[in-house]
Amino acid sequence: MSFIAMPKPDAAIIARRAEIAEGLRAIVGDQGLIVSEDERRAYETDALTAYSAIPLAVVLPATTEEVCAVLKYLNEERVPVIARGAGTSLAGGALPSEDAVVLGVSRMSAVLDMNFADRVATVQAGITNIAISQAVAHERFFYAPDPSSQLACTIGGNIAMNSGGAHCLKYGVTTNNLLGVKMVLMDGTIVDIGGEHLDAGSYDLLGLICGSEGQFGVVTEATVRILRQAEGARPVLFGFDSAEDAGACVADILAQGIIPVAIEYMDKPAIKVCEAFAHAGYPLDVEALLIVEVEGSDDEIDAMIARIVEVAEKHGSRYQRVARTEAESLAIWKGRKQAFGAMGRIADYMCMDGTIPTSRLPEVLTKITEICTRHGLGIANIFHAGDGNLHPLILYDINKPGELEKAEQAGAEVLKLCVEVGGCLTGEHGVGVEKRDLMLDQFNETDLHQQQRLKLVFDPNWLLNPAKVFPLEGRLAS
Amino acid sequence: MSVAKVQKTADLIAPRDEAGVIAAVNEARSSGAPLEIAGSSTKRAIGRPMQTAATLTTAKLTGVTLYEPSELVIGAKAGTPLKAIEKELEKNRQRLPFEPVDYRKVLASEGEPTIGAVAAANLSGPRRIYAGAARDCLIGVRMVTGRGEAIKSGGRVMKNVTGYDLVKLSAGSWGTLGVLTEVTLKVLPVPETETTLVYEGLGDKQAIACLSEGLGSPFEVTGAAHLPAGIDGAAKTLLRIEGFGEQMTYRSGELKTLLRRHGVPALLQGDASQALWVKVRDAEFFAAQDRALWRISVMPSRGPEVAAVATGAGGRVFYDWGGGLIWAAIPAEGDVGAGALRSAIAGKGHATLIRAPEAIRASVDVFQPEARPVAALTRAVKDIFDPDHVLNPGRMYAGS
Repeated sequence: MSFIAMPKPDAAIIARRAEIAEGLRAIVGDQGLIVSEDERRAYETDALTAYSAIPLAVVLPATTEEVCAVLKYLNEERVPVIARGAGTSLAGGALPSEDAVVLGVSRMSAVLDMNFADRVATVQAGITNIAISQAVAHERFFYAPDPSSQLACTIGGNIAMNSGGAHCLKYGVTTNNLLGVKMVLMDGTIVDIGGEHLDAGSYDLLGLICGSEGQFGVVTEATVRILRQAEGARPVLFGFDSAEDAGACVADILAQGIIPVAIEYMDKPAIKVCEAFAHAGYPLDVEALLIVEVEGSDDEIDAMIARIVEVAEKHGSRYQRVARTEAESLAIWKGRKQAFGAMGRIADYMCMDGTIPTSRLPEVLTKITEICTRHGLGIANIFHAGDGNLHPLILYDINKPGELEKAEQAGAEVLKLCVEVGGCLTGEHGVGVEKRDLMLDQFNETDLHQQQRLKLVFDPNWLLNPAKVFPLEGRLAS
Repeated sequence: MSVAKVQKTADLIAPRDEAGVIAAVNEARSSGAPLEIAGSSTKRAIGRPMQTAATLTTAKLTGVTLYEPSELVIGAKAGTPLKAIEKELEKNRQRLPFEPVDYRKVLASEGEPTIGAVAAANLSGPRRIYAGAARDCLIGVRMVTGRGEAIKSGGRVMKNVTGYDLVKLSAGSWGTLGVLTEVTLKVLPVPETETTLVYEGLGDKQAIACLSEGLGSPFEVTGAAHLPAGIDGAAKTLLRIEGFGEQMTYRSGELKTLLRRHGVPALLQGDASQALWVKVRDAEFFAAQDRALWRISVMPSRGPEVAAVATGAGGRVFYDWGGGLIWAAIPAEGDVGAGALRSAIAGKGHATLIRAPEAIRASVDVFQPEARPVAALTRAVKDIFDPDHVLNPGRMYAGS
């Protein structure tokens, strides 16, 4: 039992399951439709596994035209639709309901065009994030946003959530790397927004669509910027005696005019667990660890690292390890990259995603620990320090009655704290269901109503991913 | 609805706070008297001519509200002069990354552009290709919509996906959706120095290929422009890099080797490089007022083909953004090339008429017309933000 309520499924729709399935079969055929309960169960949840519901049916269209026909049909039948990429959302963005059809984009995963002279690629929505970079790697290009789930997550899902990643300090998040989409609206209208050029000639609808959590339409194709890989990249690892020192070091690196590609932070509990799991050689006697990565030629990297080391020493860094080779780089990243898996071995955890002004870091970390201790829960912090995007992992035991509720309660308090200090509820994971009921902590009703009016422009009947983003009470209707 | 056609000074409304903006918008709604929305009016000549009863200016909403150099963020009331923001940032050797274009020369206008207008017009300059446009650096806004409601979107942190991104929507909406009252922007450090490689005498196609090769290199080109012969003397193809001193030596050397088939470039350093890029940024080569001026965004490799249409219409052109941005100065007659340019763009890009006599701006679409289903979305968005069309009505599109 969890405390985020989902709307009661519409029994009238559920009663029509067979008829609706036949309607969908007429459009996509047997190969594009999943109706058996066993197979539908694979779509009952996403990476927010505490919530689940077996969908009415799962439809896997192979073309934009099929998406168009499917949406048109379900719009006429007034059946809710949950668009799904790979189901890696940590916020419940792809959580279905029993009266909804899941529209998966997994059969649309082709690279349609690679244009190195213009530095753009056009892909279908179901391609994985990493596959875009792999497709352009032979020319030493890459697609910059790199969510931790990049091996599995799709560009369609990335666009829905405006996903970030460790390297967005330098390269920006999805919205800064997206040039155009082909999208199907709930009534079946196909729109092309943006293209292979920069910026909008009118309202920036592309900027609005990116991060709209699958509530405006189903993106079937995307045109993204691809960038030339740097000549090289190497991290340096620092250990500090306090969060204050590490935080001040981050601030000072940025103030010195150095923008690394990534600055990652781990606190002591996280270091311990990662080290035990990955044997990355992290120091165990420090309170905070920073991984700072810079790019360029070997000489450029050396010069930049020398400057960063100087800053870190000024802030009392008492452990440092500069990667000189590819193998040493991998060793430094090994623990960080396996961090979430390592944590999962010792406990269940909820991964928070608030962002805070970086100057408030030490104070916020102390308060997060207080909150979790008060609830009798463990806490580990692993996050993107350069941009203040925190990922506190609240540790609990799913088998102990009441622990999940306690973890959710503590999580809500942590996110409210992020808002109180001037930050926000979610930096890169999205609102989904997880943060839906906290939206009034960050926005007032007027703010949310204006956002909902936009929802109604695209989807007047609240059929696309309806139970997400906005509290269920007080919603506008068209 | 009767609307005064001539603007009188008495019709200048300059609220001192957000409540004053709300009152002015509500008054406009109840009296059916639409408003021109302005900062310091240096860009008022961009857009379709409007018939408004009064001008609402944010000029008295001023002041930096937040500046945290170590967090790379600055916030200010919308009417704060851009110059004041830049001065504040310089104290910490920081800057607005997107290099906002200053339109005063090409529009022959006076006054100090405001930070709110930088956002509302989604301004950017040559560094757009590397650091994004205003829309990419704008992380938070407060605005008063045409419903007379104050709303906020985004905030003061770099990463924020909480709720729909109305920040992006407000950027480039030219005061037609809401009156921005406060904006928050991401800033970046000013690099130690800059170097520009200048290749002379390249034709347009070879120049664009040269820029493209530079932009496809790992050397982080932050400016890539081509000035065909006659724009600034002989044809010049420019690639800018920025960074630490030793880095510039290395990277310019590597670029020279990479681009050697295009000739041997001259090197411009520091101030000389900066001065040239200000000219490119502000399209200063087209400051003479006799011609109409277009700003066209297309895929870079299509630049020469679209530019040829402009020169076919008697125009002169130069390129920025590696060929993806074309500035075209065309004789101010007929449709100033609108039909030909837009059919060459063929929906894959956009052309904005930055400068033209009022009569032409009344008859030619100043902003890029959109395909029907997209235009319907644009209209619907306008209607939910400004149901009575009291904010800059008709500035972007007739009837909205």
